[in-house]
Amino acid sequence: MLVTISYAAPSASDLGYLLHKHPAKLQTFDIAVGQAHVFYPEATDTRCTAALLVEIDPIELARSKRFGGDSQSLGHYVNDRPYASSSMVAVALGKVFRTAMTGRSDTHPELAAAALPLEIAVRALPARGGVDLVTRLFTPLGWNVRSTPIPLDADRPEWGESRYVDLVLSGAIRLSDALRHLYVLLPVLDDAKHYWVGDDEVGKLMRAGEGWLAGHPERELITARYLAHQGSFVRDASARLAEIEGVTDEEPEADARPSTLGAQRLATVLGILFELGARRVVDLGCGEGALLAPLAADRTFTEIVGTDVSAAALARASRRLKLHEAADRDRERIRLLQSSVTYDDDRIAGFDAAVLMEVIEHLDPERLPAAERTVFGHAQPASVIVTTPNADYNVRYPTLSAGAFRHPDHRFEWTREEFDTWTRNVGTRYGYDVERRGVGPDDPEVGTPTQLAIFRRVAR
Amino acid sequence: MTRLGIPAMSLVVLVGVSGSGKSTFAAHKFGPHETLSSDAFRALVSNDQNDQSATEAAFDALRYVAAKRLAAGLLTVIDATNVQPAARKSFVDLAKAHDVLPVAIVLDVPAAVAVERNAERPDRDFGAHVVRRQHDQLRRSLRFLGKEGFRRIHVLDSVDAIADAEIVREPLLTDRRDERGPFDAIGDVHGCRAELETLLDRLGYQVLRDPDGRAVDARHPDGRRAIFLGDLVDRGPDVPGVLRLAMGMVRAGNALAVPGNHEEKLLRALDGKSPAMTHGLAESLTQLAAETPEFREEVRAFCRGLVSHLILDEGRLVVAHAGLKEAYHGRASGRVRAFALYGDTTGESDEFGLPVRLPWAEDYRGSAVVLYGHTPTPQVAWVNNTACLDTGCVFGGELSAMRYPEREVVSVPAEQVWFEPVRPLQPPPPEEREAGVLRIDDVLGAHIVETTTHGRIGVRAENAAGALEVMARWAVDPRWLLHLPPTMSPPATSSIPGYLEHPHEAFSAYRSEGVGSVIAEEKHMGSRAIVLAARDPDRFGAPPGWRGIIHTRTGRRFFSAAVEAEVLEGVHAALDASGILAELESDWVLLDAEIVPWSVKAGDLIRDLYASVGAAATAALPAAVAALESAAGRGVDVSELLDRTQRRAANSFAYQDAYRRYAADDEVQIAPFQVLASEARTYATQDHSWHLAIADRLVAADPGLFRTTARRMVDLSNEDSVADAVAWWEELTAAGGEGIVVKPHANLVRAARGLVLPGIKVRGREYLRIIYGPDYTEVSHLARLRDRSLGHKRSMAAREYSLGLEALERVVRREPLWRVHQAVFAILAMESEPVDPRL
Repeated sequence: MLVTISYAAPSASDLGYLLHKHPAKLQTFDIAVGQAHVFYPEATDTRCTAALLVEIDPIELARSKRFGGDSQSLGHYVNDRPYASSSMVAVALGKVFRTAMTGRSDTHPELAAAALPLEIAVRALPARGGVDLVTRLFTPLGWNVRSTPIPLDADRPEWGESRYVDLVLSGAIRLSDALRHLYVLLPVLDDAKHYWVGDDEVGKLMRAGEGWLAGHPERELITARYLAHQGSFVRDASARLAEIEGVTDEEPEADARPSTLGAQRLATVLGILFELGARRVVDLGCGEGALLAPLAADRTFTEIVGTDVSAAALARASRRLKLHEAADRDRERIRLLQSSVTYDDDRIAGFDAAVLMEVIEHLDPERLPAAERTVFGHAQPASVIVTTPNADYNVRYPTLSAGAFRHPDHRFEWTREEFDTWTRNVGTRYGYDVERRGVGPDDPEVGTPTQLAIFRRVAR
Repeated sequence: MTRLGIPAMSLVVLVGVSGSGKSTFAAHKFGPHETLSSDAFRALVSNDQNDQSATEAAFDALRYVAAKRLAAGLLTVIDATNVQPAARKSFVDLAKAHDVLPVAIVLDVPAAVAVERNAERPDRDFGAHVVRRQHDQLRRSLRFLGKEGFRRIHVLDSVDAIADAEIVREPLLTDRRDERGPFDAIGDVHGCRAELETLLDRLGYQVLRDPDGRAVDARHPDGRRAIFLGDLVDRGPDVPGVLRLAMGMVRAGNALAVPGNHEEKLLRALDGKSPAMTHGLAESLTQLAAETPEFREEVRAFCRGLVSHLILDEGRLVVAHAGLKEAYHGRASGRVRAFALYGDTTGESDEFGLPVRLPWAEDYRGSAVVLYGHTPTPQVAWVNNTACLDTGCVFGGELSAMRYPEREVVSVPAEQVWFEPVRPLQPPPPEEREAGVLRIDDVLGAHIVETTTHGRIGVRAENAAGALEVMARWAVDPRWLLHLPPTMSPPATSSIPGYLEHPHEAFSAYRSEGVGSVIAEEKHMGSRAIVLAARDPDRFGAPPGWRGIIHTRTGRRFFSAAVEAEVLEGVHAALDASGILAELESDWVLLDAEIVPWSVKAGDLIRDLYASVGAAATAALPAAVAALESAAGRGVDVSELLDRTQRRAANSFAYQDAYRRYAADDEVQIAPFQVLASEARTYATQDHSWHLAIADRLVAADPGLFRTTARRMVDLSNEDSVADAVAWWEELTAAGGEGIVVKPHANLVRAARGLVLPGIKVRGREYLRIIYGPDYTEVSHLARLRDRSLGHKRSMAAREYSLGLEALERVVRREPLWRVHQAVFAILAMESEPVDPRL
């Protein structure tokens, strides 16, 4: 909420001319959900400091659709926006100092064009990536960077640092460049969902980044983050429920394992489906449709159903499969159904093959029997393919601490022996023959990273 | 004026040549949406109402819409010429498929009139020969309409008759929804007069007798009425006596009756037909032979007048002898009657020569209670909102009645075996699902949960979808998830300056509902938890060694398995030491509690959200104050901004204090405040002093694990008592407490408008900073925040409360898992609905 720009030189108060703001006055500007104030804490012949104080109205913000406000989310009432020097401060900066940002000055053109000894302080800057990223972003631009992390709670040192830093930049930089650096890099460091991205953000980024962004070593990160939050910020029901709990259920970005294993798993499962001669396939727990996509692309498969508990995941799968623009015969071929393997579902009954790829380990062990009944007892596909991590292999992952799971949502990870016992029990109980295979490199000691079982229903 | 009677639920087929005035007739005599016109559908599918090439598509669409209307039970009028038998047949078939009566209204105007009318309409360019041909077809059709299946045929044979006709809608005989009871439904009597008299007496009826001492009527002092579910006759010792009593009660308005298959057969015998003299018919006829011809005639008229089934109590109760599936409720057709009399039979017979009946009740998902008889079972059991009341009295079982709406069963034993059964009484219907098996359509999609306290509660499809993920991924095993606590509403916004919430508004809310005595309970700064402590894992399908479960208000496990085990051991020990389970006569108990500290559950939230905001605010605001003070020192006029920023800086520190109180690293403690259920009962009607006394005993047994809930009784009519409670709230919240919860002392209270809210939370001024943000106390903020819309929150709280009670009721009634789960799931679905999170 507070950015100060200091200029130390003879006739320092010329800074007022460059900023087009009079040093003797408090000037206030309306911004989208609040006000921006410009005033000068100091203005002497040798040093002049302009302050931009942004007041965000939290109630307006929570009610503003434009800023991704969602009056149904507690997080929008108790919110750092009124205090942090966030992307919203950058927006205010762009509005209040628009002319200064262009580098135009009718009265002091030389000063505007010159690199000036500037010191910029940004209070409570939300910095995802911490002090380190702050340094990596500003240093290549010629700034001397001092950033101090703010503790999360001074009374609770064990909680560590907050995501905010107090930042002081100093260097000899043109004022317009300095402002444009802040304009782009504050939102990049903030990296928050709250940042509203309009239609012309690409154009704005090109203009504000002119002359410095193209050669910046972190260009890709800057561009990606700056444009990352396009689209609406939609909270789904599960997020809302998670909030009631006071917990956050955000999934880590991906499996920490090399992505090649996922690809190998897909290829293996696809190969087995061909081998089984399956034409009607249901992928239980299809997620965003990683397996559905190759199935859809192959006309061997005449009926493809993907199920998932998450309506949001199914919506993403639908987009990925482009079902909205698919031909009628494909729409009939491919269906996405919200379902759960712990509830019997007639819609998934009687397929040639059902795939449970990396699904069972997300179930609480006590819920497994219900899932077994649903899949093997009720849906009764001719074949079932199950994959799950091999806990024996975890010792081969140096970054994984002993006893830890590969994914925070895993409720268990089985050793080969445990998987073997389970598959044999299920096969016996429900009348399926079991064949065991693996995916990934076969380590002589600990086996393959992914274990796999093929269940074939015994003709009765 | 000609009065045309038509059944209120029917498919009316207008028959008349082009130009006979069907559309005008329909427009005048029926509602705006009731008529489906072939011209209009032609226009819809082709843009031209006279485009004959579009006729097929138009009729397809018309029939589709008609089917939807009939499925919804709406009277529907078909405005088309319908002069050809094939055209009419498709509508007769449609009516039959939906078990509604087809009605034909023929508009028979002279062909010349029709030709003349068509000539006046430029869009109808077909010649007179078309009308004449239609007229011929119509004439030929007239005498076959009855044979085609139309149950009412009205012919209006002149322009005047058409104009003068008045449609009179006659309710179906089955439609008695304005009869609201209360009722006592009585199962198959089969001539057991003595038992019937005993049962009526037990139910509180006074039996009236004629001079010969014969029971001829019975009346209930409270105006309750009996419902005879059919099979009054055959097999038993005194068929005439039963008939005399039942007919008398029906005549006097003290009873309703539906026919059973035995009445049907008796009627045929009395009508002079000769049905097989089996299954006790011979006994009935012998006994009736001793009666007067007048009595026999009376019996005949009585049996003839019985209607297949009755829809009662605004559609909430359906009675039929052999039950009735939902699609047949309020419908009329041969198969509806057959179902009501004989049940869902396959047409095959079993090894005893008795018809094989399909278990329709197991598939029943309707909201109406269905009471029926017909199939003798050892005891009355609820299956999906249906109950069979035939407990085989004549075979030496019992004669049973169900009190409605109380759902209490009253039975009297048979005095002896009056008739040897062909086969032994069937065991009660098996639980239709294997324990622990749920179906996705039990919970997904829009559905209705019927509750005893709040009627039918609808769950929207999108909310169910939202809840499924949470339920499937994070909730504990449904077998152990017996309840979820309802959301709690705050009071109306306080009128006291500087306050958003104040006890006064909670007190006046209860006062206005007629609640005089409330209890204020300390609101602990913790997380809501449901504690199930069970001695016998089998009761909940759990593995050996399982001792219960502790879950959150959205059904997640509260603790890690190890901590849970330790906590449950403590709970069990305290239960044992206090003797509470023995007193409740149960092996398990379900407790509603708050577990402190809040940081046990919400540690992440405190750090990620609350502390984070505090860090930013307490870093930025003092710096802003310093910058403004420098500017002020230079003589810049920033006073207003400085003033505000200083206040905000102070607010930010107050906010930090507020959340820090919730982040204490205290030992985990359970503060129970309500007993939800045990084996045989729920406790919603026990007053809160009782509940807190149980809690106090747990605290006494283990003061380390359990925490007491401070409380104040408040007499709302006594100013001192109210002032004392307010002072207490001020004291609690000033010391950093979250606030209080105000509850009706009596616990579950019904008022005129339905259930009174079970609790209203009144949160402290400082606590609310972490809900509304650090600066909410600023005058400009408070003014806007006062506008809180409580209606939705309240309604949700009421619905969730009723669903929660319903779930508990279903648990103690030992209903199938899916029934319990459906109610619990619905609460979670309600919770996934967007609602202002600050409330």
